Amino acid sequence: MDEPARETHRYGRGVFLATVAGGLTSLVWGKSVWGRVSSAIGPAEALVPLVPTEGWRIYTVSGSMPRFDPQAWRLTVGGLVASPANLTYDELRSLPRTDQISTFHCVTGWTVKNVHWGGVRVADVLASAGPAPNAGAIQFVSMEQPYVDYLTLDQARLTDVMLAYEMDGKPLPREHGAPLRLVIPEMYGYKNVKWLQQVNLVETPEDGYWEQLGYDVDAWVGRSNGYGS
Amino acid sequence: MSRPVRRFSRTERALHWANALGFFVLLGSGLVLYLPSLAILVGRRPLVKDIHFWSGIGWVTVLALVVMLGDRRGLRRTAEDLDLFDADDVRWLKRRGDAPQGRFNAGQKINAALTAAFTVLFLASGLLLWLGERDTRFRFASTVVLHDGLMYASLILLTGHLYLALIHPATRHALRGMTLGTVDEEWAAHHHPKWKPE
Repeated sequence: MDEPARETHRYGRGVFLATVAGGLTSLVWGKSVWGRVSSAIGPAEALVPLVPTEGWRIYTVSGSMPRFDPQAWRLTVGGLVASPANLTYDELRSLPRTDQISTFHCVTGWTVKNVHWGGVRVADVLASAGPAPNAGAIQFVSMEQPYVDYLTLDQARLTDVMLAYEMDGKPLPREHGAPLRLVIPEMYGYKNVKWLQQVNLVETPEDGYWEQLGYDVDAWVGRSNGYGS
Repeated sequence: MSRPVRRFSRTERALHWANALGFFVLLGSGLVLYLPSLAILVGRRPLVKDIHFWSGIGWVTVLALVVMLGDRRGLRRTAEDLDLFDADDVRWLKRRGDAPQGRFNAGQKINAALTAAFTVLFLASGLLLWLGERDTRFRFASTVVLHDGLMYASLILLTGHLYLALIHPATRHALRGMTLGTVDEEWAAHHHPKWKPE
């Protein structure tokens, strides 16, 4: 026998309040749960390449994305160095090659694990350019104006800091900074300058593009920009 | 010959369509920011970001204006209808649609509650993303997960909503209630027998 339908419950606002509360608390637990869900459905991810579950977001700061012209493009290494260089793409590719697999962290919270980078060590580039005694930092200039960022020489000499021209076995795609980007896995993505065209040695680091907008100069993953403090 | 009975007031319809329009503008601009393939195709990220942000502000502003300038007493009555579940509503959920319903069935009530909650959460997480770009105190590693997750959840709700409103033969007559404001009396008596239209 069904009970009479007269008694009512305010389930509508219950559903509303529970959903809002769940959503707001997810600011604490969301990322770790999403990470687990995403690795559980990892194989399915390949079937729906449109959906970036643990994948990349493409961030740009200007109206158009730089285009790589293999004939015109040069990497200049200059500033406070003994021997400046002006490398073509082929010359860059003929430098001693290095490969690494590292994790890429964006300051906005997304992470891409196990990215396979191919390129040259920044330490090797520095060694052949010969920094002047008063050089203390490197300026990395992007083809995407006005994007620029800096590392101290000590940071740039960390063993896994590289200029990458390959990603996951293919030439660096346009949206990831073709033909060349900086990779420093210890720091958030905004330090990993895309579409590199100039590497200049300078005395001291200055504020890069995002630092001028309030982000930390030393963008250590997990202990900068308000995280881990 | 069956006659039309009023299901949704002008205020309710304005609220529904303002919400729908805002949702689609935000979905489109948001997907350009989110999906790499679209981000590459469209480019102009700073402009798309501005469009997305100001559409979001415009969206909630228009919703608030419709509520303020419209028939608030009617809206309050409707909100009360959506809030209250009686034993038939619970039965309807358990028996997948087999129990007499009022002006709204239990599924519509849950859809309304979730849609309202998602709006609040979209707004909160969107503002946090915007503020976080300007001040570390508003930066959380999971904000972007919440914002993206809401998009997926909303798309699931929307898909079901569009199926029932546009395709499913038994229910698609309800679309008329949200466009013209009225539904057929016989249809109403069949699908919403406990509803007494005024």
